[in-house]
Amino acid sequence: MSDENLLEVDRLITSFETEKGLLRAVDQVSFSIPYGKTVGIVGESGCGKSVTAMSIMRLLPQPSGKVLGGEIHFKGEDLLHATDKRMRQVRGGEIGVIFQEPMSALNPVHRIGRQVAEVFRLHTKMSKKEAWDAATEMLALLRIPAPEKRMMDYPHHLSGGMRQRVVIALALACRPDLVIADEPTTALDVTVQAQILDLLNGFQAERNMSLMLITHDLGVIAETCDEVVVMYAGRVVESAPVKELFANPLHAYTQALLRSIPKLDTEPKSVLPTIPGTVAGLAEYTHGCRFCQRMGRKSVATRERPVFKEVQPGHKVEICKECCDL
Amino acid sequence: MLEATDLRVHFPVRSGVFLRQTGAVKAVDGVSLQLGVGETLGLVGESGCGKSTLGKALVRLLKPTSGTIHFEGRDISHLGQGALRPLRRDFQMIFQDPSESLDARMNVRSLVEEPFRIHKLGNRAERRKWVDDLLDTVGLAAASAERHPFEFSGGQRQRIGIARALALKPKWLVCDEPVSALDVSVQSQILNLLVDLQKEFDLSYLFIAHDLSVVKHISDRVAVMYLGKIVELADSETIYRNPKHAYTKALLSAVPIADPTIKREKILLEGDVPSPIDPPEGSAFGHRINHARYQETIDMDLGLREIEPGHWVAADPCCLDANDWAAISKIS
Repeated sequence: MSDENLLEVDRLITSFETEKGLLRAVDQVSFSIPYGKTVGIVGESGCGKSVTAMSIMRLLPQPSGKVLGGEIHFKGEDLLHATDKRMRQVRGGEIGVIFQEPMSALNPVHRIGRQVAEVFRLHTKMSKKEAWDAATEMLALLRIPAPEKRMMDYPHHLSGGMRQRVVIALALACRPDLVIADEPTTALDVTVQAQILDLLNGFQAERNMSLMLITHDLGVIAETCDEVVVMYAGRVVESAPVKELFANPLHAYTQALLRSIPKLDTEPKSVLPTIPGTVAGLAEYTHGCRFCQRMGRKSVATRERPVFKEVQPGHKVEICKECCDL
Repeated sequence: MLEATDLRVHFPVRSGVFLRQTGAVKAVDGVSLQLGVGETLGLVGESGCGKSTLGKALVRLLKPTSGTIHFEGRDISHLGQGALRPLRRDFQMIFQDPSESLDARMNVRSLVEEPFRIHKLGNRAERRKWVDDLLDTVGLAAASAERHPFEFSGGQRQRIGIARALALKPKWLVCDEPVSALDVSVQSQILNLLVDLQKEFDLSYLFIAHDLSVVKHISDRVAVMYLGKIVELADSETIYRNPKHAYTKALLSAVPIADPTIKREKILLEGDVPSPIDPPEGSAFGHRINHARYQETIDMDLGLREIEPGHWVAADPCCLDANDWAAISKIS
């Protein structure tokens, strides 16, 4: 474990017990998050982004989800073997989490104030009064207008953007070292998304916090992340610093993903490059390169699992003869 | 082909024991627009601005409160359900979430066949052939006809939705966020399909979306909506290169660009879209940004003016540059 990294995930395997047998939703995923940096995890739905986050937080659906292998180190501590009591301290205390849909993260029958103050009561030794004041201050820091009044509101009184601010307040309350944000702005309008990302960036710079940002929006990645991890079908196919990845994508999947988004300067109504086929079900995968499988290639070279290795300083890619031009 | 004039859709707000009407949600508040044959009109705006309501009113899934909709010269705004039925063949709608708009218990064949059955078209053999042709048109394998919606991915389900909408050979379609629930790689497949279908059948689209790069890609002209009103309307190149209205500028600057080498100043808007129940009396956007000239706008006509050929913008001193406002004042 290097000293620069706050979180290191090494060959993580997470499986789900299903009718079709044990399915590997996350298949030997490795990445690390340095102190004070934002790492983006990008990929299509079902690629294992969220399951990776859930594995780190030990929030996998029980009893079907299980971590079967690999290691997770957070500030040098082995999280996979930590006690449940320790994990409760870590969650909300040292690692904050922001989910996509704020309404499902908030309890609809309790006032905002009670929910935010609860975090302080759980993780610090504050009195009720102190926790309430700290919560009000937290809402003010997130630029929620009239925080004293909002403390008395119920979640349904607030707009989507305001609710997401409350969820961020919950996540940031105890000054965590790491915030895991799972599609934090996907349900919001672009204007509100810009406000929320601006807030998160501000907090990060001020507190030297690390951020793991899960998203499918490459625009958000380009504007907010320092490093990017590209996932496909439960595996990391490429990871690199953000400028390097956009300027010099090595894996065919990353290249295809970057090409397929319409840009503000592309010719209107021109044919957009697409990725043929769709993501297969997890049960259908073999050991070989999974993107080759999507492209319908059957060559022998792809039957063995491609190696994930560093090809340039900081730039790692899954080495597959068909998918990488090295 | 389609022309809406001063269209309004208000929903009553009722409260109290006797459910007396105490107010109205002015979801669409005085919108005029035209749609030509083979044209795509993009409609953008934040959630709650009335985009979807406008779309539904134009295909007459909702009854407009006032204003007129002319389709091929005929006023359809106040026709009853019976009179509308034969016309329904000409305009269709594609919804955002294909899994919610498809009946899970029907197989693909009966789903796509349903429009023919409702309009009593063809015999069994003919309908069978039409369905196979439609599935082929939208790029689904013939074998999928006997399967059920849950067996398909999101992109394929959207193709089924498109096949249903195309069944009766409509002249124009409202596409309400058709790609926002899809992954980027699938999104581009569906966008390509929509463009191809438009060329093949000379379709017109009203394309509603919140993703501005998608709207720019597919539209000939773009209308920007704010709180029930259109505030700017121009061809899509112009609106992206030379936006006049402050709201359009803010909306465009908020779109994240997938290029880490570009660093732009963002125009961050405070707050959310105000409630359409009790909208500000003057310029709605001027009120949001707390503009110094807001008070003046209360008694003003803030309607659209043609600032340059084909480029319409609301005549609103709060939302225009000094030069543009001077130009606009000369027109009015």
